[in-house]
Amino acid sequence: MSDRHKLNVIGTPAAKVDGLTKSTGQEIYADDIDLPKMLFGKMLGAIVPHARIVSIDTSKAAALPGVKAIITGDDMPRKYGILPVSEDEYPLETDRVRFVGDPVAAVAAVDEATAEEAVRLIEVEYEELPTAFDIDEGLAPVAEEARIHDYGPRDNVHKLVNLHFGDVEGAIERADTVHEGVYFYSGNNHLAMEEHSAVAQYGADGRLTVWSSTQTPHYVHKAMAKVLDMPASRIRIVATPNGGGFGGKSDPFPHEFCAAKLSMESGRPVKITLTREEVFYMHRGRHPVLMWLRTGHDDQGHITALDFKSFVDGGSYGSYGVASTYYTGALQTVTYKIPNYRFRGVRVFTNKPACGPKRGHGTPQPRYALEIHLDKVAEKLGLDPVRMRRSMLVDEYTMTANHMRVTSCGLDECLAKIAEAADFERVRGTLPYGKGIGVAVGSYLSGAGLPIYWNKMPHTSVDLKVDRGGGVCAKCMEIDIGQGSNSVLAMTVAEVLGLTPDDVQLVVSDTDTTPIDLGSYSSRVTFMMGNAAKEAAEKIRDMLVAAVAEKLGLNATELVLRHRRVEHHGTGEGMRFAEAVPIAEAMFGQLSSTGSYTPPRLAGPYKGSGVGPSPAYSYSAAAVLVDVDPETGIVTPERVWMAHDVGRAVNPMLVEGQVEGSVYMALGEILMEEQVFRNGLHKIPSMLEYKSPTFLEMPPVETFIVESIDGEGPFGAKEVGQGPLLPMPPAVANAVYDAVGVRIDELPITPEKVMAALADKEKGGPGRFGPGGVPEVDFGEVLAVDPVWYDQPPEDWIPTVRRGEES
Amino acid sequence: MKERIQLTVNGEVHDIVVDGNKTLMEVLREDLRLTGTKHGCELGECGTCTVLLDGEPVLSCLLLALDAEDSKIGTVEGLAAGSAPHELQIAFGELGASQCGYCSPGMLVSAAALLRDNPAPKREEIRDYLAGNLCRCTGYLKILEAIELAADRVSERRAAGETSPEHRIPARPAAEHGPDLEPIEGKRGSA
Repeated sequence: MSDRHKLNVIGTPAAKVDGLTKSTGQEIYADDIDLPKMLFGKMLGAIVPHARIVSIDTSKAAALPGVKAIITGDDMPRKYGILPVSEDEYPLETDRVRFVGDPVAAVAAVDEATAEEAVRLIEVEYEELPTAFDIDEGLAPVAEEARIHDYGPRDNVHKLVNLHFGDVEGAIERADTVHEGVYFYSGNNHLAMEEHSAVAQYGADGRLTVWSSTQTPHYVHKAMAKVLDMPASRIRIVATPNGGGFGGKSDPFPHEFCAAKLSMESGRPVKITLTREEVFYMHRGRHPVLMWLRTGHDDQGHITALDFKSFVDGGSYGSYGVASTYYTGALQTVTYKIPNYRFRGVRVFTNKPACGPKRGHGTPQPRYALEIHLDKVAEKLGLDPVRMRRSMLVDEYTMTANHMRVTSCGLDECLAKIAEAADFERVRGTLPYGKGIGVAVGSYLSGAGLPIYWNKMPHTSVDLKVDRGGGVCAKCMEIDIGQGSNSVLAMTVAEVLGLTPDDVQLVVSDTDTTPIDLGSYSSRVTFMMGNAAKEAAEKIRDMLVAAVAEKLGLNATELVLRHRRVEHHGTGEGMRFAEAVPIAEAMFGQLSSTGSYTPPRLAGPYKGSGVGPSPAYSYSAAAVLVDVDPETGIVTPERVWMAHDVGRAVNPMLVEGQVEGSVYMALGEILMEEQVFRNGLHKIPSMLEYKSPTFLEMPPVETFIVESIDGEGPFGAKEVGQGPLLPMPPAVANAVYDAVGVRIDELPITPEKVMAALADKEKGGPGRFGPGGVPEVDFGEVLAVDPVWYDQPPEDWIPTVRRGEES
Repeated sequence: MKERIQLTVNGEVHDIVVDGNKTLMEVLREDLRLTGTKHGCELGECGTCTVLLDGEPVLSCLLLALDAEDSKIGTVEGLAAGSAPHELQIAFGELGASQCGYCSPGMLVSAAALLRDNPAPKREEIRDYLAGNLCRCTGYLKILEAIELAADRVSERRAAGETSPEHRIPARPAAEHGPDLEPIEGKRGSA
């Protein structure tokens, strides 16, 4: 790349644009908002896990001084749900509750204490119904009137998937070896430090504004209009900076609707902030998934067929569950060549809080199963687990059997990097008893290829406005949840316009003032918003260049924007950016532009193919060194090496931060975090008892940034927020096996499970802790799809921009 | 029961009337509108509501405001000297130690107390000291690096003859700035 095209901002480790705002306590989160005459809202949750609502009596609460409004389900009798295929929730349930905590009424009062007292005075009579609390119970036949929902194929089954690409049975028959396994991944909590909070203000002008700690202001906007039966044009949603999200603030939530309705009823602003205990019930945690898989291999270990089954414990509502279920079967194929693939999945409703997306959304569970499974296969075949993996990786710019388009892929380099750094081949097998090393890989989306509701509109847009003083304002509905999307927006615009990120003023996450961005989910923002921001900035750049070229009599094609100047790339002749702006405005009028991004049409030719496609996949590989104390079963991760193919690191420091945060969050899931229920009651709904890693549990992490320079990503960038979580759980499990010779096929890997497996081994058993088998399930009619194989791109191969071809 | 109390926060004295059962965290956020102090659990579990009470980190969600009446309270807003952020705040911003930023206020006041008592802490000492402050974004590593960077910079300035980071802003009388960070006689209390 010539100096002329040198990147000046992108690729530089730079402070977050909002870093000091946060570290000085100046950031305004939702609960920090205080409006004149504001009331405090509180919701009443069900005290039983499954029941018909016989009656609700709010008269005593209404009589309490200080209570200004009370609402029940009848006040908002319109269903919503994040996915159009499962709109099965009311903000306040009208006739039936499905989990302990399911909201049935809400109160607004002059202060929080009064609101709390008021909800306690609401009398609800329930008629209890049969319950289902786990996958087995969720699959059991149930009387029609006792079903948790009245939709779904049967009983409490919410969704069935039965996809077959190629000929798994034939390939298994012809395989040199066949291996089978069963795994369980527990459900866990995002545990964002900030509890969910929303403030609503319904004004005398008939307009409603809701400030909410949400990752998806656009979807909240749509749902709010539907539930309140109001024109969307009268509703403004402002997403406040999220004090952590991780997927837990991606659904529209009851407290958002309740705050809005209570404000409409009372004529005063209303704030509802959930308590930590309420968050444990309301958030949409990671799905517990039971998995069975069978693989066929040739004598080199190469996979010839993968047969995979997922049993997904969905909790009480649909939420993202249909997508989550597909995700447990979608991305197995994007890391290794798998010519024949079958995926069967079932999601059941249970009387627990609904599950939804958490970092990695539906993919950490199957990745855990697959990567432990391959470790076992490598051992049985006497192969080095790194070499075996490297010998069967997908090629760049190919398609998988289930029609996922793979573009750039730096996975081989990732594996090479961590194997070298950890000195894997030498170290493995030479460590003393109690010390072990393990590896695994993963891959994740750089944004879902399809929007949540069917449409052909852009997934994101960025508006730029340049003022006469030379200031640039970038507007986008993106919401920074801590991942650094504000910095990505500022850096991208600054790069193209030759400015610094500080020069770019941001207006974000406001449905009234900013153009669409679908939200901070599916690791989509850097890739998609980045492309939109780049396009918008290039339009401004072109106007400035044309104006300066004419003014100075230079050739426009030889001008560049850099160091706050518009100048000739060789001689430097030109002018300051701020001087160029008025000249360009005189020539073109107000300097404004819009850039948008819509992913290529990526869905395959079958039902369900909308989940999994992404314009690009990130890749990661991890090696972990653990200490396992055979006396106590305590597993201590001592070192982590993580290589991540991020396409291009827009900001290497923030990339590292995402890798470290992913490693941390994964370690919590692997070693301690688990949502446990008894009769529908959360056993540990507190941050003290729901253990998460502290400073003391966090090992050093050595991060390797791999840059495959994706042809379609902005400057080649892909995602980093979620992908690096994926290889961690299996890498730790594989390391535990290397350390003490036991297999823990069920997360979290607690000391009790390690001790049980060690005891089993001592007694001559296989030394394994994990589920014994999976239920027999009729997955319904198989959908057989011709596989696309990597060396035979289909005729309608989606045009792919390879790196180096980008403009 | 309303009580009339006097709270000294970041060197400013506030005469206020509050409910006797309100926690210090609630009074700081709701009555004094010092919303820099956050809450994540209201039960003393997460550490994000940490403030300094006579220079020592305490969980403001577990302390009644009434019980803080005779003490000097320091919050994240008091770390900066006017518009000049504290060395720790600069380092947090610079190194990406604040991702979502929600745990930062508690981390920062704890770290400030640590650096006051131990200007060049070893990484293990930082980890021990801050083990009660949870962060869900960073994996803690960037926070450790930021505290070390801030400690190094303070040490460098001391080596150059300056006595404390506060003295960078000579126009500001010492009494007006960060009394909560002045060395306190006696041993550290428990957080």
